[in-house]
Amino acid sequence: MRRKPKSAVTRAVDIIVIAVAIFLVGYIIHKVDTVMIYEWHWDFLWEYILRWDEEQQAYAPNLLLKGLTATFGLVIWSMLLASVIGIVMGIMRTSSRIFFRTVSRLYVEFIRNMPPVVFIFVFFFFLSSQFVPLLGIDQLSVDASPQTIAVLEILLGPPELFANVISGIICLALFEGAYITEIIRAGIQSIDKGQTEAGQSIGLSRFQTLRWIIFPQAVRKVLPPLAGQFITLIKDSSILALISIQELTFLAQEVAYSTQYVFEVWLFVAGVYFCICYSLAFLFTRLEKRTHRIYQS
Amino acid sequence: MEQMISLKNVFKYFGEFRALNDVSLEVAGGERVVVCGPSGSGKSTMIRCINRLEEHDDGEIWVNKNELTEDTRNIAQIRKDIGMVFQQFNLFPHLSVVDNLTLAHMKARGLYKADSTDLAMTYLNRVHIPEQAMKYPAQLSGGQQQRVAIARSLCMQPKIMLFDEPTSALDPEMIKEVLDVMIELAEEGMTMIVVTHEMGFAKKAADKVVFMDEGEVVESAPTEQFFSQPESDRTKLFLSQILTH
Repeated sequence: MRRKPKSAVTRAVDIIVIAVAIFLVGYIIHKVDTVMIYEWHWDFLWEYILRWDEEQQAYAPNLLLKGLTATFGLVIWSMLLASVIGIVMGIMRTSSRIFFRTVSRLYVEFIRNMPPVVFIFVFFFFLSSQFVPLLGIDQLSVDASPQTIAVLEILLGPPELFANVISGIICLALFEGAYITEIIRAGIQSIDKGQTEAGQSIGLSRFQTLRWIIFPQAVRKVLPPLAGQFITLIKDSSILALISIQELTFLAQEVAYSTQYVFEVWLFVAGVYFCICYSLAFLFTRLEKRTHRIYQS
Repeated sequence: MEQMISLKNVFKYFGEFRALNDVSLEVAGGERVVVCGPSGSGKSTMIRCINRLEEHDDGEIWVNKNELTEDTRNIAQIRKDIGMVFQQFNLFPHLSVVDNLTLAHMKARGLYKADSTDLAMTYLNRVHIPEQAMKYPAQLSGGQQQRVAIARSLCMQPKIMLFDEPTSALDPEMIKEVLDVMIELAEEGMTMIVVTHEMGFAKKAADKVVFMDEGEVVESAPTEQFFSQPESDRTKLFLSQILTH
């Protein structure tokens, strides 16, 4: 697509706006420098990312890096689980059977009409006090063979936190799954009815039509809102700090309290979240362009 | 020749609206039937009932000695015998032309990719566009898309082909290429029911013409007789309207 050449007036307006913005930013920096009395201490951050382990004689990850890996684990597993929930529930939402429709409708409405923090509090205390012991997850790290533990460690992080992490994953996935459900439903419903009819007329079953014709088109259509939801999921993962899931925000809080370098820690953490979210957005834009190029010319 | 399709006193309602009113129709194996009539007369609804894209409310529909009922196995068997071509083509936009043709073979009938690709190419040759096999539907003209849609149906080797206004969504210069393919098909002896306003096609290829109005079959006659000496006044009016220009 070619852009319309800009007129001289709009170009002048652009320049003025940018100049004003630069001036404001400069002014604020100047004020901070002269008025605010704060000494920045960025270098201490390093030791909270990697620390020198005297016993092992090697570098070991410290709180912030541990938090980051925990956040990564949480986010990846929640995304997968939320996608599975969203796909299943989204398909149920478009089902012709009233039972399936009602179940997924209840799920979506229940979650959408509750603040995330409240949901997570309610759900977590039920989950961690009832459900997780039920699954025997806290016994897992005691009973399982060393090999199993090793595999689980790669997947979920340190064994002593298995129950903690799994509760977090389930909470987040259930919460975000509701929104993904709605996105998937919208995608499926946006596909022309003629596609289903064509599928049926060449002898595909209902499920085959959904699987091979409707679903692939629906997913391509909802890539942008799906990307948005995944980014929201990453950001919402920080709420899990409230229920003591030991992820980035939670551990950053500890570092901030113990060091008193509040600004530095939170600015650093904000930057880390920004980088993760922005790279995901970038990835999705690329993906979108690719699928667009492939089948819609 | 024995009956391929038989509709007996079929009724279909959309809410209060009676879309099909006591429709009966017999189509023999190898017979080519053109269904015409004003829009909203129930032509499309009738052929959509034959492969269960719509459910009829009363009456019987028999396809190749199977009665169309609720039974899903029965519906599957009947859809196996019938190919359908739509007004809007309804190609699968996310699949290449050849994948559009092979999908049902591979997923519903469990054929290997190589075998179904061979078959697909055979049918793309028959509709004269083998060179478009690797393209995507959006890259083709309307006429080419409709020919791919015909090939996709033929690929499932049906005994009967239904055409639901196959040329109505096409630009005038592309109508001929689609009709030519359909005429070739008719000459090969395929049983066909074609809903269309193309009276030229009817004269050339049809054995029988059915005129519908307000959900009823008003007139059903051999082609020659239908055009030369129509019986009903409504048919005469309709013919005078569409044949004058």
